[in-house]
Amino acid sequence: MKSLFAQSVAGRVGYLPEKPEKSAAELLSAHLLRKVEPQLPELSELDVVRHFTRLSQQNFGVDSHFYPLGSCTMKYNPKFTEQAAALPGFTRLHPLLAQMPEGERYTQGALQCLWDMEQALKEITGMAGYTLQPMAGANGEFTGVKLIAAYHKDKGNKKTKIIVPDSAHGTNPASAVLAGYDIVNIESKDGMIDPETLEAALDDDVAALMMTCPNTLGLFETHLPQIVEKLRKVDALLYYDGANMNAVLGQMRVGDVGFDVVHLNVHKTFATPHGGGGPGAGPVGVSEKLLPYLPVGRVEKRADDSFFLNFDYPKSIGHIAPFYGNFGIVVRGLAYIERLGGEGLRRASTFAVLNANYLRVVLQDTLDIPYNRVCMHEFVASAPEGQRALDIAKGLLDRGYHAPTIYFPLIVKECLMPEPTETESKQTLDAFVEALMDAVAEGRDTPEKAHEAPVTLPIRRLDETAAARQMVLTEDMA
Amino acid sequence: MPFVPHTEAEIRQMLAVIGLTSLDDLFADITPELRPRSFNVPAGKTESAVLARMEALAGKNRTDLISFLGAGFYQHAVPSVIDALTGRSEFYTAYTPYQPECSQGTLQAIFEFQTAVARLFDMECCNASVYDGGSALFEAAMMAVRHTKRHSIVVDECINPLWRAQLETWHNEGIVHFVTVPHKNGTSDMAALKAAITDNTAAVMVQNPNFFGAVEDFSELFAHARAHKVLSVISVYPVLQSVLKTPGEMGADVAVADGQSLGQYLNFGGPYLGIMTCRKDCIRQFPGRIVGRTKDVDGETGYVLTLQAREQHIRRAKATSNICSNQALCALRALIYLAVVGRQGLMRVAENSMVMARKAVEKLTAISGVHLLNDAPFGNEVALVLPKPAAAVAASLMAQGIVPGFPLGGLYAGMDNVLLLACTELTSSQQVDALASALASALGGAQ
Repeated sequence: MKSLFAQSVAGRVGYLPEKPEKSAAELLSAHLLRKVEPQLPELSELDVVRHFTRLSQQNFGVDSHFYPLGSCTMKYNPKFTEQAAALPGFTRLHPLLAQMPEGERYTQGALQCLWDMEQALKEITGMAGYTLQPMAGANGEFTGVKLIAAYHKDKGNKKTKIIVPDSAHGTNPASAVLAGYDIVNIESKDGMIDPETLEAALDDDVAALMMTCPNTLGLFETHLPQIVEKLRKVDALLYYDGANMNAVLGQMRVGDVGFDVVHLNVHKTFATPHGGGGPGAGPVGVSEKLLPYLPVGRVEKRADDSFFLNFDYPKSIGHIAPFYGNFGIVVRGLAYIERLGGEGLRRASTFAVLNANYLRVVLQDTLDIPYNRVCMHEFVASAPEGQRALDIAKGLLDRGYHAPTIYFPLIVKECLMPEPTETESKQTLDAFVEALMDAVAEGRDTPEKAHEAPVTLPIRRLDETAAARQMVLTEDMA
Repeated sequence: MPFVPHTEAEIRQMLAVIGLTSLDDLFADITPELRPRSFNVPAGKTESAVLARMEALAGKNRTDLISFLGAGFYQHAVPSVIDALTGRSEFYTAYTPYQPECSQGTLQAIFEFQTAVARLFDMECCNASVYDGGSALFEAAMMAVRHTKRHSIVVDECINPLWRAQLETWHNEGIVHFVTVPHKNGTSDMAALKAAITDNTAAVMVQNPNFFGAVEDFSELFAHARAHKVLSVISVYPVLQSVLKTPGEMGADVAVADGQSLGQYLNFGGPYLGIMTCRKDCIRQFPGRIVGRTKDVDGETGYVLTLQAREQHIRRAKATSNICSNQALCALRALIYLAVVGRQGLMRVAENSMVMARKAVEKLTAISGVHLLNDAPFGNEVALVLPKPAAAVAASLMAQGIVPGFPLGGLYAGMDNVLLLACTELTSSQQVDALASALASALGGAQ
C-alpha cells in the first residue's frame, strides 16, 4: 500500500492548530533551531483516516480471526474495559498531581484503582504484595530478578547464578543477564524439570530458579513440591513466569505452593488488548520476605480509608517506571477481574484447559504430539514427518486463521504451539481443525503448493533475508 | 458466565472426546497439596455495575484544575482521529506481527512511525519503540556499553530526575555505571561534562530542552565525545523537536524521547512510549523490534520484523535486550498524530506552547520576588524562583483550583523555592492571568 509519505502533497493541511503569534525564529536564536523543517507528511484528515482504515484491514486480529498464538493468550478483549480506560477522569490525569503537596486528595480514584488491583492480584495468586510498575512481562521479569538480587544482597548472600530450564521463554535468561546473573541452563526430561538434573545444578551460588508452570510445553510441572524443597535448602528463591497463568486461575495459587516472586501479564491473563505488540502491563507479586524491596511509591491505605503514596522504604529497589506503571492497562485489567469475579476467573482457566485438550485430541492423528497427555491451556505439536511448521502456518493464513506459535519452544522440532483460550467456541475449534487438516493434507500431497502459501492475502511470503541484508528501516534508507 | 461460549451439551461432548468425565479431571496434575488455601475473589458483577464503579472512581480524580504541570509529560491536544483509528480492533486486538502476511497493517504503520520519527529527529534509524522515556535512556546506555565495550556513562543532572531514578534502579554495577555531573543553576555544565569523560566512558547523556526547560546546543560536547570515541546520547521532547536544532545536526549517535507528547493521554503515568533512534553504524546494538521493508516472492513491497538475530527469542541470554514487546499501539497513536498535524501543525503546536510560556513568564516575573532561575533560552517550560517555599505556595493555589507547576525541592538540593511550570497550546491567557493573580495574593505581594 502506498505510504503516508508518498501520499503527501506540499501545502495540504489536516489538523492545523491556530497560527502562532510568533514563530520559532522570533522566540529563540538561530543556533538553537533546526535548519530544515521536519519532512513530515502533509495530508488532510480524511487522507489520514482512509490510510489507517485501509492499513487496519490488512491485519488479522482477535475480533476478526481465531488467533491461537501459543504462549500469548489471545483471548477476546471485552469492550467495556476500553470504555472504562477511556474515562476522562483517568486519561486526563497528570501522574505528578498525586505527588504535589496534598496531591493525593486530588487523585483518590486513581490511587484506589491501583490499590484494588493489588488486592485482587494478591488474592488471585496468594502473594503478600505487588508492584504494578513493570510496563510489560519482560519488564516484570527484570523487576523480579532485581528483587531477588536485593534480597540476597541484604542477607549477605553471595549468589551469582540463576537456573533457567531449556523450555523457558527467551526473556527469562535475557532478563536475568540484564540484572547481572550468570545463566545455568538445565535440560528438561519428559517435558519437565527433572529433580535430579536440578539437584546437580544446585549449589550455594544459585540465587533463583525461573520457572514457567505450566511450562511452555503446556505441561504442569508435577515435581513442583520437590523443586521448592531443593531450592529452599540453598536459600535460592523460586520465580514464577506468569505467562501461562491463564491455565491455573483458582486451581493453584503460586504463593501457596512456595513461589517467592511472580510476574503476571495483564494483557494475557486479564484480557487487555495486545495492541499489535503492546502496551501491556507486568505486575510483580512477592512473598513476605521480599516486601521491603518492592519499588516505590507504594499505594497505601490510611485508617480513614484514604489512599496515599509511600516512598519511605529504605530497602526498596527504587523506580522501575517513572510513575505507577501502565495505569491505563491496569484499569482495564481491574474492570475485567471485577466483571468475572472469582468464579468467572476459575471458569476462564477451566475452559481454556478444556479447549486446549479438545484441540490436542482431535488433532492427534494430524500432527505429531510429543507429550500426548492431559495438557493445560496449550500444547505443542510437530509437523508431520517431512513437512514444515512454516508451511502449515502459512496454509492456515490462507484458510482464514492466524497460525499457532511456531518454532517455539526450541526443544520441539518443527513445533506448532496452539493456545485456543477459553473464549473460543467448539464450532470455531472444529472449523480450525478442519482447516489445519486441509493444510497438512496439502503439504503431504502437493508440497510445492504448500510452499507457495499464502496466496489469498495482499502479500505473499516475504524475503526476510533481503530485509536483514538491505536494512531499509525507513523510507529514506532505500 | 461472561466470555465463555460453551453450552452444557458441548462441555459433555468435548469431555467425551478427550476421554474425561468431569472438568475437574483436567486438573488432576495439580495435586491436593498444591490447591489454593483460599480464593476469596469477590463475585462477578454486571457490565453496568463495573462501569458505574469505574465512573465513580474516575470521578474522584480532579481533572478540572487549571494545571501548569509538565516535567516531561504534557497535556497537548489529542486530535479525535487518533482515538477513532486506534480504536479499530484490527489494530488493537492483534499481537506482535510474527506472521507478516496477515499483519501488514501493523508492520507498515511501524515502518512509517520509524520514518516519521527519524525525520523529526534527523537520525538514520528508529526502532518500533520501547516502554517509555526512561527505559529508552537505559537501553541507549546499554547500546553504548556494547558498542564501545566500556562501562561508564556520564549523565547530565539536567536529565529528568524521574528517568534518572529509573536508570539508578535498572543499572547493575558489573555491567554499567552512571557518573552524574551536577547541573549549573539549571543548565548543563559543559566543561564539567567534558572533564568527566575518561577512557572508560561509553557515552555521555544529556537532555534538550533540559528538565528545567532550558534549550541548549550540545554540538561541541558531542564533537568532544566523538574525538574520544564516546557515544553521544540525547533525550529530546518530540513536539519541540519540530523547531529545535536536531540530534542529527548536533552529531548525536543515539537520540531518545518519551513519546507521550505525541497524541498520548497523560493516563496517570502510562502507557506512554519510549522512542529510540540511532545512527546506522550503531544498528547492530539497537534493542527491540525493528521493521524493515522488503519484497515478497512476487516482487510486491511488504514489511517484516527484521534483524531478529539481536533479540531474546533467538539469542536468549546473549540478546541485546530482554525486551519482547514494544508499545505498538502507542507508536501508532504517535504516527497518526504526526500524520494529521503534519509538518506545519507540529511546528504550530510547538510555537503556540512556547508563546504561552513566555506570556506566563512575563506575568509571573512581574510579581515582586518572583524571578527566573537562570537566563537560559527556554521552550515551553521554565523554572521560576519564588520568595517562599514552592511546595507551600503550590498547596495554597491548589486549594483554589490551580496547579501552578511542580515544586523542585524534593528533586534537587537547594531548590525548595523553585517551581517548574509548563504551558502547551491548550493553555489560555485567562488561565495564565488566573495563575498570576492567585500567585500574587499567595505571596502577599503586588502584581
